[in-house]
Amino acid sequence: MNTMNPTIAKEADHQEIEAGTPVREQPEETIIEEGKTVGEPFADNAKFKLRDVNVSYGDTRAIKNISLDVAKNEVIAFIGPSGCGKSTFLRCLNRMNDSIEICKVTGSLQLDDQDIYDRRRDVVELRARVGMVFQKPNPFPKSIYDNVAYGPRIHGLANRKSDLDDIVENSLRKAGLWSEVKDRLDATATGMSGGQQQRLCIARAIAVSPEVILMDEPCSALDPIATARVEELMAEMSESYTIVIVTHSMQQAARVSNRTAYFHLGHLVEVNETNKVFTSPEHELTESYITGRFG
Amino acid sequence: MTDQRSQAEIVRQSLKRRYRKERRFRAYGILAIAIALSALVVLFVDIIGKGYTGFTKTTITMEVELDGEMMYLDDATDKKQIKMADFVEPLLQALIRQVPGATEENRDAVRDLLNPYASNELRDMLEQNPEWLGTTQTLTVLAHTDVDVYVKHAGDDAYSIKLSDRQQRWVDQLVEKEVVQTSFNDVFFSSGDSRDPSRAGILGAIVGSLLTMLVTLVLSFPIGVAAAIYLEEFAPQNRLTDFIEVNINNLAAVPSIIFGLLGLAVFINLFGMPRSVPVVGGLVLTLMTLPTIIISSRAAIKSVPPSIREAAEGIGASKMQVVLHHVLPLAMPGMLTGSIIGMAQALGETAPLLLIGMVAFIVDVPDGFFDSATVLPVQVFLWAGSPELAFIERASAAIMVLLAFLVSMNALAIWLRKRLERRW
Repeated sequence: MNTMNPTIAKEADHQEIEAGTPVREQPEETIIEEGKTVGEPFADNAKFKLRDVNVSYGDTRAIKNISLDVAKNEVIAFIGPSGCGKSTFLRCLNRMNDSIEICKVTGSLQLDDQDIYDRRRDVVELRARVGMVFQKPNPFPKSIYDNVAYGPRIHGLANRKSDLDDIVENSLRKAGLWSEVKDRLDATATGMSGGQQQRLCIARAIAVSPEVILMDEPCSALDPIATARVEELMAEMSESYTIVIVTHSMQQAARVSNRTAYFHLGHLVEVNETNKVFTSPEHELTESYITGRFG
Repeated sequence: MTDQRSQAEIVRQSLKRRYRKERRFRAYGILAIAIALSALVVLFVDIIGKGYTGFTKTTITMEVELDGEMMYLDDATDKKQIKMADFVEPLLQALIRQVPGATEENRDAVRDLLNPYASNELRDMLEQNPEWLGTTQTLTVLAHTDVDVYVKHAGDDAYSIKLSDRQQRWVDQLVEKEVVQTSFNDVFFSSGDSRDPSRAGILGAIVGSLLTMLVTLVLSFPIGVAAAIYLEEFAPQNRLTDFIEVNINNLAAVPSIIFGLLGLAVFINLFGMPRSVPVVGGLVLTLMTLPTIIISSRAAIKSVPPSIREAAEGIGASKMQVVLHHVLPLAMPGMLTGSIIGMAQALGETAPLLLIGMVAFIVDVPDGFFDSATVLPVQVFLWAGSPELAFIERASAAIMVLLAFLVSMNALAIWLRKRLERRW
C-alpha cells in the first residue's frame, strides 16, 4: 500500500538504518536518525524531563532514544501510526510497564527533577501523583461511590466519612458526572453507559488529586457525543492538571492539545505547537501522516 | 452472467451440504447426551430400587409384662441387678402370647423372631423408667434381621429366606395383626456399624466423613489458594516456577491410592500418628485435593480481566492491595467452585483411606479427630463386600446418602458461583 510513497527523510544521507526494524508501515526510503527530534521537544517549566529514553521488550526495541519535556499544565498529545510506541512511552511515565517482566527501560526519566525509575522510588507514591485513564473504560465491579472512593481510601486521604463524601462529590463534579449519578451512587458502575464509565474512570483518577493525568486513547471506545463530553472535560482539567494524551484521532489532538508529538516506529520524529504540527509540519513523515498518506 | 448464476448455484448446493452436516452434528450431540442420561437413569433406578428398603426397619409392637420375678429383678435402679437380670424372658413371653399356636415348646423358634439386641433395648428403657417394673407396657422392639428380610423381600430370589415355614406363617399372621410393622429406619441414621444388619447404621461413617472433610477443608483451601496466588501474582517466571507448575499438574493426575501409600509411609510410620483417624485421613485427602484447588484457583485468578488490575495499579494500589481488593473478590467464585468440587471428590474417595486403616470395623460414632473412624464410601465398600445379603440394601441406602451429600455440595458450588459472580 505504501510502496508508492517515496517520502525521504531529511537525514537521508546519514544512512543509519536500525537492524531488524520492521518496515511494514514505513515508506521504503524513509530514514530517521535515532534520537534526532525536529521541532521543540524541550520546555522551560518541565514537569517531566525525559532524556535518552530507551524501552525494549526482550530483543525488540520499542522506544529508541527519545528525549522530551512535558511542561507544567500543558496538554500534550502523542500521535502516530499503530505500533509506533506512543502507548509504551506513555506507560513509562507512571511505570505501568513494571508488571511486564521482559520490558526494560533505560535513560533518565524525571518527574519534578526526581528520577522516576530510581530504585528507592516508591511506585505507589508515583502513581498517586501520576494518574492514568485507559483506552477501555475499566471501572471496578463495585458501586459508583466505591469506584471514586477507592483511591482516597487506599492512600488514606480522608479520615472521616464526610471528607470522603466531599472528595467523591468533587471528583464526580469535575468529571461532569455528578448530575447524572448523584441519585444512584450505590448503583454498580458496570451498569453505566460507555461514556459515563470513562468519565467515572477520569473521576476515579482525579479523586487522588494527581498532578499529571495520562490518557491512553481515552475516547477510542466512545461514540462522538461521549467523546465530545470527555474532550470538554479535558479542556477544563488542563487548568489544574498536566495531561498527556495518546490518541489516534488527529482531530482530537488538534482540538485538545497545546503541543503534539509525532512518533514513528519508536522514534520521536517531531514535537511542536499543535497548530504548527497540523498546519506546517517540519518533518516529511509528520506531513505524510497527518495528510493521511499512511498510518 | 452465467458465471454468477453458477456461483450462486454452487453456494446453494454447498449450503444444503452444510445444513446437513450441522443436523448430523446436532444428532450426535443429542445421542451422546441421551446415552449419558440413560446410564444415569439406570444407575439411579438400580440403586434406589435396591436401596429404598434400607430406609425402613421391621419392628414388633406388643404388650410386655415387666414381671420382676420373671426377670430376677426387684429394683430397676440397682445397676448390679440390671446387669444380671433377664430381659429376654418378658419379651419372649409377650411374643408367645401374640403368636397363635405357639407354646412354651416352640420358645426357641419364637425367640428367633426377636432381634438379639431387643433385650438390650428393653434394658435401656427400664433403666430410664425404673417405675415400669411390675407394670405392663406397650413396647416396640426391633425384629430379627431374618424377619426383616422376610417381610421386605419374601418372594425375591436374590434374598435367601432363613425362616422356617412355620416361622414364616407366624410372621404372616403377626403382620396381619399389625404386631410386626415396618417403619422409618431411624436406627440406620443414629448408630454406627454393626455385625447385625438391622442394627447397622451410617452415623459413624457420616461423622467420620464430616471430621475428615473438615480437616481437608481447613488445610487444603488456605494452602491451595495461597499457593495459587503466589504462583500467579508474585512468583517470578523462571525454571523453578515452571518446574513447580509441571509438578502440580502431574500431581493432579496421580492415582489416589498413591497418596494413601504416602500417608501410610509418612504420617503413620514416620510421624507415628495413629491409624484409622480422621486427622490422617484428612491429611491424605488434603494432599490429593491440593492440586485440584491450586489449578482451579489459578484459572480463576487468570480469568480476572487485566483491565481491572491496571485500573487499580493506575490509581496507586500496591501489589497486595490489587490482589486483596480486586483480584481475590473477582476470583473467589471460581476458587470456591474448584474447592467444593475438589472436596466432593475427596468425600467420595475410598482407596487412599483403605491404606491408612480407615477401613476397620468401627462400631462407635467417633468423638473427635483422633478417634478411630470410617467414612461413607468406605462403609459402602465394607457392606458391599459383606456376605450377609441384608447389608446390600444398607449399602445401597448409604450410597444414596453419599450421593445426596455430593449433589448438595455441587448445588452449593453452583449457588455460590451464581451469587458471588460479578459482571464487568
